Amino acid sequence: MSLLEKKVSELHDLLHKKEINVTDLVDASYDRISQVEGKVQAFLSLNEEHARRMAKELDDVLAGYPGERILAGLPIALKDNISTKGLRTTSGSKILDNFNPIYDATVANRLYEAGAITIGKLNMDEFAMGSSNENSGFHVTKNPWNTEYVPGGSSGGSAASVAASEVLFSLGSDTGGSIRQPAAYCGVVGLKPTYGLVSRFGLIAFASSLDQIGPITHTVEDNAYLLQAIAGHDPMDSTSANVEIPDYLSSLTGDIKGLRIAVPKEYLAEGVDPEVKEKVLEALNVLEAQGASWEEVSLPHSKYALATYYLLSSSEASANLSRFDGVRYGVRSDNAENLLQLYKNSRSEGFGDEVKRRIMLGTFALSSGYYDAYYKKAQKVRTLIKNDFEQVFNDFDVIIGPTTPTTAFKIGEKTNDPLTMYANDILTIPVNLAGVPAISVPCGFSNGLPVGLQIIGKHFDERTIYRVASVFEQATEHHKAKPQL
Amino acid sequence: MSNFETIIGLEVHVELKTNSKIFCGCSTDFGAPPNSHTCPICLGHPGVLPVLNKQAVEFSMRAAMALNCEINREQYFDRKNYFYPDNPKAYQISQLDKPIGEHGWIEIDVNGEKKKIGITRLHLEEDAGKLTHAADGSSLVDLNRQGTPLMEIVSEPDIRTPEEAYAYLEKLKAIIQYTGVSDCKMEEGSLRCDANISIRPVGQKEFGTKTELKNLNSFAFVQKGLEYEEKRQEEEILNGGEILQETRRFDEKSNKTILMRVKEGSDDYRYFPDPDLVQLSVSEEWIERVRAEIPELPDARKERYVSEFGLPAYDAGVLTASIKMADFFEKGIQEKADPKMLSNWLMGEVSAYLNNASREIDETPLTPGNLAKMIKLIEDGTISSKIAKKVFKEMIENGGDPQTIVKEKGLVQISDEGAIREFVVAVLDRNPQSIEDFKNGKDKAIGFLVGQVMKETKGKANPPLVNKLIAEELKNR
Repeated sequence: MSLLEKKVSELHDLLHKKEINVTDLVDASYDRISQVEGKVQAFLSLNEEHARRMAKELDDVLAGYPGERILAGLPIALKDNISTKGLRTTSGSKILDNFNPIYDATVANRLYEAGAITIGKLNMDEFAMGSSNENSGFHVTKNPWNTEYVPGGSSGGSAASVAASEVLFSLGSDTGGSIRQPAAYCGVVGLKPTYGLVSRFGLIAFASSLDQIGPITHTVEDNAYLLQAIAGHDPMDSTSANVEIPDYLSSLTGDIKGLRIAVPKEYLAEGVDPEVKEKVLEALNVLEAQGASWEEVSLPHSKYALATYYLLSSSEASANLSRFDGVRYGVRSDNAENLLQLYKNSRSEGFGDEVKRRIMLGTFALSSGYYDAYYKKAQKVRTLIKNDFEQVFNDFDVIIGPTTPTTAFKIGEKTNDPLTMYANDILTIPVNLAGVPAISVPCGFSNGLPVGLQIIGKHFDERTIYRVASVFEQATEHHKAKPQL
Repeated sequence: MSNFETIIGLEVHVELKTNSKIFCGCSTDFGAPPNSHTCPICLGHPGVLPVLNKQAVEFSMRAAMALNCEINREQYFDRKNYFYPDNPKAYQISQLDKPIGEHGWIEIDVNGEKKKIGITRLHLEEDAGKLTHAADGSSLVDLNRQGTPLMEIVSEPDIRTPEEAYAYLEKLKAIIQYTGVSDCKMEEGSLRCDANISIRPVGQKEFGTKTELKNLNSFAFVQKGLEYEEKRQEEEILNGGEILQETRRFDEKSNKTILMRVKEGSDDYRYFPDPDLVQLSVSEEWIERVRAEIPELPDARKERYVSEFGLPAYDAGVLTASIKMADFFEKGIQEKADPKMLSNWLMGEVSAYLNNASREIDETPLTPGNLAKMIKLIEDGTISSKIAKKVFKEMIENGGDPQTIVKEKGLVQISDEGAIREFVVAVLDRNPQSIEDFKNGKDKAIGFLVGQVMKETKGKANPPLVNKLIAEELKNR
C-alpha cells in the first residue's frame, strides 16, 4: 500500500515513531504524480522546490517529530482558486495565466501553521463555473476510474488528485456542488461546510453568497481532521461566522441509534439514474441496520433551485469577475489602442465561453428594468428553499439522497448542451442556497464508476454529518476501492 | 427681474478622517508617495474581502445626525458596477436603498433671511483612486485614495440662487468640521462638490431639464459656475433652444461652463447588495452614544456668543463659521481677553493676515494666550493700538510673548509727561511756522505737530498725552 493511501492518523503515527520522515511523504507524492499525472492531469502548477525545502526543514528542525500538529508534514494540494503567495494561481483561467498572488488565503495560512505541505495547485473549471473540468482554460482533468470520463467539477482536480493518491488530501470549493459532485464522481469524501464556517478570504470569488472552501479526502476521519484545521472565525471575512468550533473527531462515535433521516422524494424522482437510486436505497438499509430510521419528505421548492441558483450566482459573478480587466494584473491584450479596447480585448481573449455566458446572464439579471423580475425574485425564492430545509430539520437530524443524478459522463458528451450540464447539480445546489453543510461519501459503483451518497445536516452541525458518514463508511467497503491507473 | 426660477441641488462628497480606510487597514494620510498606502484589499486583488471600518460608520452617523437626518436602523452596502482604472474592483461599495441617514436639513442665512435646505440622504461609500494623465498620452494610477471612507451628501432641490448654494456649502462645511469627522479641505479633495441646476418659468411646477456642473474647485467657483449656467440656460431658452441633460465643466480662467458630454438616458450601475458584507443593524443605544459625541454646532455657538459675550450677531456668525476660529476665540476668552476686542482683532487683523497668507489660524505660531496678553497690554496703556499692530505682526509671523516683544523691540509706550514734554518743546522749537498757522486758526497744524512728536518717539508716545501737551505748550507761545 502506497503511503498516500494511508489515513492521516496512520501517517502521523509513522512520523511520530520516526519510521518515515516528511521527505518520504513528499517524495511519495511527487513520485506518484510523475507516474500517473500524464493520465489524470489534475495539476495546473507544482510547488516542488518549495515543498521539498519545507519537508527538509520539518525533518531537520523538528527531527521528523510532528508534535501535536496532526497534519504536520502531510502532502496536500489546493484548488487553483485559493490564493497562494508567490505560487501561480489561475482559477483555471487564461486571464490569470501569469498571476502570482502577493498574499496567502486564510486557509493556506492555516494549513501552513498546521504544517501541511502544499504539493501544487489543482485544475478546475474556469472560475469554478462548470461540472466537468471541461471548462478549464488549460486542460481537461480525467476521472481516475476511467480516463475517458470527466472527474466532475468544478473541483475536478481536487477530487481526481486524491482519488489517484497523488496527494493525501486536497481543498476544493463548492458553490453549487463543486466539491460534492466531483467527490462523488471520483469516489472520495468531499464536504461542503456550512456557509461561514471556513474563511473565504483568499478564495477567488465566483458567487460570494454561496462559495465555501471544503476538504476532499479518502476517509471521513481524514475529512474531519482537515476541516478542524481550516474551520473557524476569520476577522478578514465579514461573512465568517463567529461560532465556537467543536471537536469534529470526537463526533465519530460510531453510534447512530435513534437517528432520524429524511429522504426528499424530489431527490429520488425522475431524472435520477435507477442504479444510483438503488445504491442510495441500499445505503439507507445499511444505516437502518445501524439503528437509524428514515422517512420520505418533501422539499417542495427544489424545482426552482436551478433557476434561482443560475440567476444569483451569475449576478454575483458578473460583478466579482469585473476586476479582471487587464489593468493591474493578469493577462492584458496586446491589441488595444485605448482604454475601452483594453477592457474589451483583454476580457474577450482571457475568458472562456462558459464564463462569458454567465457574465452576460448575470449582467442582464442585474440590469435596470430586469432586476426586480430576476435578481430580487430569485432572492425571495432562495428564502423559500431555505425554509424548506428548516421545516424538515424541525423533525429530522439529517437529509439523505444521491449526490448526483448519474455517475460521471464521458468527456465531450455534454459540452454542447449547457442546460443538461447544469442539471447535474440539481441535487447539490439547494444545499448551497440554504447555506447548510453536506458531504458526499462513496456508496458503490455503477458500470465501474463511483456513486456518491449525500448527507445534508443542519447549520453548523457538521458533527452529525460526520457521525453518520463515518458509521456508513465503517459498515461498508466502498471507500477501500482504489482506481487502477 | 427674470421670469425664470432657478432650481439647484448639490451633491457633496466628504472624506472622513478615520485612521484607516473603510474596508482595509491602510492609512488614509494625504500626500504619501503614489500607491504606498495600498494592500491586496484596496488594490482589488483576486480573493480579497472587505471588512467595514466601524469608525467610518460612527463618523458618518455623527455627521448625519448633525445634519438632522434620520438614521436608518437596518443598513446594507451595495455594489455600484462600472469599469474605470481608478476603480480596481470595477465596482464601488456604496449604499443605495438604505443609506446612513435620510430626511435631514440645515438652515442657511442669506442677507439676513433664514431658509431651510433639505438633505435628501447621506450615505457612506469608498473613495476611488486618482488618475494622472501624462503628457505622452499615458495615464498613471495612484490607489492611495482608493478605499478612503467617503460620505455623499445630497441636498433637496431647495436652493434657488447661486448665493444660497454658496451659503449652503459654507454651512455644511462648518457643521461637518464642528463634528470633527473631516477636515473638509477642498484643495486636498477631502470635500468635493457637483451641482445640478435647471430653470423653469415662474409658476411652473415641473422641473426643467438639469445640467450637472463638475470641476468646481472652490465654493466661489460653485457660485460663479451656477451664475454663468443660469444665464446660459435662460438665454438658450429665450433664443428658442432646448436644454439638454449635460455634464459641464467649470473653466476657472473664463468663468464659463464648458460641455463635457450629453447624457443619454441614465447610467445603469446594476446596483445589488454586496454579498461580502453583512447587514448593518444600528441599535438605539449605538445611536444615542454617537449622538452624545456631537459637539456644540455653529448655530448654537453663534447664539451663545451673542448672549454670553454680547457680540453682534454678525460678528458671532463670522467667528463661528470656522471651528478653528471659534475655538481660538474661546481659548482667548479663557485667557481673560475682552470678548469684543478679541473678536475685533480676529475679524480684522487676524483674518486679513490669514486670507493674505492663505493659511489657517492653527498654521501660524499665534496662540490665544499671547493674543489675549497683547490685548491686555493695549487696555492697560502699555502699548498703543498702532504699536500693537507691530507686535501682532511679530507674533503671527514668528510667535512669541507680546511683553517680551515689546521689551526687546523697545516698543513700550512713553506715558511719562516730562519725557514727552521734552519732545513736544523740541518739535515746537523747530516748527515756528506751524505755531503761526495754528494761531491763524489752522487746526490742521496740530495734526502735523502730533505726527512729528510720534515720529521723534518712534511711535511710542502715548497719543492722547501728546495731544494734551501740545495744546498746553501752544498756549504758552
